[in-house]
Amino acid sequence: MNSPYQHQGSGQKIQKQLLTDWYRHLEQAPERGEKVAYLFISGNIGELLQACGFHLVYPEVNALQCGIKKVAGPNILAAEDIGYSGDVCGYVKNDIGLMLSGNRMPHGTTLPKPDLLVCNYAGCATYLRWFEALAEFYGAEMVVIDVPYLRGTEGPTAEEVRYVERQLRELVAVCERVAGREFDPAAYRQAIDRTVRSEDLWVQILESARHRPSPIDAYFEAVFFMAPIYTMRGTQGCLDYYQAVAKEVEERIQAGMGPVAEEKVRIVMEGPPAWPHFRKFWEMFKKWGAVTVASTYSKVGGIWDLGFRHDPDRPFESMAEYMLGCYTNRNWAMRSQLIRGYLEDYGADALVIHSVKSCRSFSVGQADLREQFIREFEVPTLFIESDLADPRYFAEAQMKNRIDAFFEALEHRRLTAGV
Amino acid sequence: MNRLERLIDEARREVEDNTFAAVRAWKEEEPGRACVGFFPVYVPAELIWAAGALPVAVWGGGDRIEVEMADARVQSFICSISRSTLELGLLGHLDFLDGMLFGSLCDVARNLSGVWARNFPDTFVDYLHYPQNLRSEAARGYYREDLERLGAALGGITGRTPGAAELAAAIDLYEEQRALLRRLAAVRTEEPWRLGLEEQQVLVRAAGRRDPRRHNEVLREVLELLPEREVRHKDGVRVVLEGSFCEQPALELLRTLDQAHCFVVASDLARGLCWFKEPLRRSDDPWSDLVEAYFVHAEGSVVRHFSPSERTERLLARVRDSRADGVFFCTAKFCEPAFYDFVLHKRALDAAGIPYLAVEFEEKMSSFESIRTQAETFAESILFFADEEATA
Repeated sequence: MNSPYQHQGSGQKIQKQLLTDWYRHLEQAPERGEKVAYLFISGNIGELLQACGFHLVYPEVNALQCGIKKVAGPNILAAEDIGYSGDVCGYVKNDIGLMLSGNRMPHGTTLPKPDLLVCNYAGCATYLRWFEALAEFYGAEMVVIDVPYLRGTEGPTAEEVRYVERQLRELVAVCERVAGREFDPAAYRQAIDRTVRSEDLWVQILESARHRPSPIDAYFEAVFFMAPIYTMRGTQGCLDYYQAVAKEVEERIQAGMGPVAEEKVRIVMEGPPAWPHFRKFWEMFKKWGAVTVASTYSKVGGIWDLGFRHDPDRPFESMAEYMLGCYTNRNWAMRSQLIRGYLEDYGADALVIHSVKSCRSFSVGQADLREQFIREFEVPTLFIESDLADPRYFAEAQMKNRIDAFFEALEHRRLTAGV
Repeated sequence: MNRLERLIDEARREVEDNTFAAVRAWKEEEPGRACVGFFPVYVPAELIWAAGALPVAVWGGGDRIEVEMADARVQSFICSISRSTLELGLLGHLDFLDGMLFGSLCDVARNLSGVWARNFPDTFVDYLHYPQNLRSEAARGYYREDLERLGAALGGITGRTPGAAELAAAIDLYEEQRALLRRLAAVRTEEPWRLGLEEQQVLVRAAGRRDPRRHNEVLREVLELLPEREVRHKDGVRVVLEGSFCEQPALELLRTLDQAHCFVVASDLARGLCWFKEPLRRSDDPWSDLVEAYFVHAEGSVVRHFSPSERTERLLARVRDSRADGVFFCTAKFCEPAFYDFVLHKRALDAAGIPYLAVEFEEKMSSFESIRTQAETFAESILFFADEEATA
């Protein structure tokens, strides 16, 4: 039977093709004599590095893919065998384990080694330790872009922007030396131009969750929708992708479709997902008709829904602003303000905090956030713990009990309030 | 108890006092005195002093505190120091502080600054960013501006914004202190049986909460008395202790190492108070001197990314310079930065054929028997293999 819809599933289909092409191209880069840079998602400077001729590897994306494909466990154990503690970030250990086993991804691609490690340090001190280890193991050059953590609630200061911008300009010379070719300012500008258009579409997609019922799950679906804007932003493929997803979402709105059969509870999610048990984790919410209408993890690579856009007329300066404004580079007053805004703007009923052991940058302060939202703001708040990479930390029965108890209580509260 | 022991005991009682009675008394002695706390690893103490306040190291509650209220605010997989420090605050033990400073050591320390700001809304809380791209020509300028900004902010609470003269005088005072602490460390390197590791460390930790003028006098007197101390030479192995730069092991653990004849002859204990490996280069611009302290004179530490291999190279240099037989990794449970460093250090030590032992500690540890056994076995194995090599 033919589907009555033209656009449903196109986001998933196009993304699969984009990533397949991306990895194939990447795998063949050394054969073509092209250089490879490794970098991180938060505050990534993909457009700049691509304009220097680099292919890009994001170890965090590899880690989450290994998580979903259920091979993170063995990778993590391999890293622990060479001395990594059980208490450090699972993403790092996954990446080290992957390297030790020849860098072969679960989908078959063999990742090339780095020619340059660009630690675009934004919001995570572990990034530094991670690339220090890769520099040692691969013998590759490492550069750091130092991004100061934000103070106050007004956003980055002019001094901070200038500081990061100067480092980006200095980085160009390093890239030219390592890549053996000149930086192409026109290509950079054009990429930023495409970036801005992708950002507009991405915000439109995220904000579609203001509708009732929400056409998307702004966490469980958005963490997949976000992949191109965090890995291949600035490319035509990325722009085309968001045009297709925007149509898919628009069609859902017209048809009154959403991620669950009947939307009963609207939630805001804070924290990364449990990648190794993703489907199970989502089901625990779906069964209660819970739909995420806004999440912080979908902003982990950058925040645009507060109005920021890259600027082709100020490509370096706006890149610096973008890096400084990353979610985990914001202090707790800013994070709390953002979440509270989401609860109000998206008409959410509750806040769910998923605290992961691996990522202290995300998690330290979340327990205090729970105190604040429950006691100060009187928002029903659920706090659950597991991990984003290490399958050993997912206590399914305990997690399910807590989620069930929370939504039962929420339902009860609604019924009694309605009497 | 002789004079030397009395001086050490007095320091011990002060550093073990979670109510900071001696610091409170100091503050009340003269009107207008102020105290500014700092979480590890490092803040430029001289900047706080120049702004007219006493820098107070707030480095956890050790084994003398029950963490209850902080457990609701910081998860169980986070290091003890973050929870016990917060508990100290929630118990009101830190209500004498006029401000609290945090720095970019790790994500825990950084995020704790926000938790602090929310839980103590009436306290001045600031966060100092330490540049991690030391190759950038912009980094020195940025750090200097940040120091000047912090100086002005501290002046806002004390009424004394530091100028160049005040800052230069404060650097003089803390340079004197660091030189004295280096001499104390040298005693351990040369004759570890002359001064217990625990004794040395209470004198170091006291530097984190005493009027530097007074403590410098104490340190001078201790250094005068030490050569006269009646001691017996003890056989043992010489080790570099690594990994305790932030959360501090219990004093009992330090005593245990001496008892196990595992003599720590160099360490990163209380790193923030003894961070500079040499006297600072001085100029007529004290702000620039403070910048250079961080950029040039700081010992390898995870607080500061210099290059991927710098910290390991520096560890090997410390082993060599202190004529150590091995390395004793003494890492706080859940301390991510130390755990990451351990893997790289371990590779280099394996390659260099230097023996090492790794243990984890928590503030609340009460039994040190397991650590004693491990340290004794480690010491014996080093001595055994040294004998074997000698006879081979």
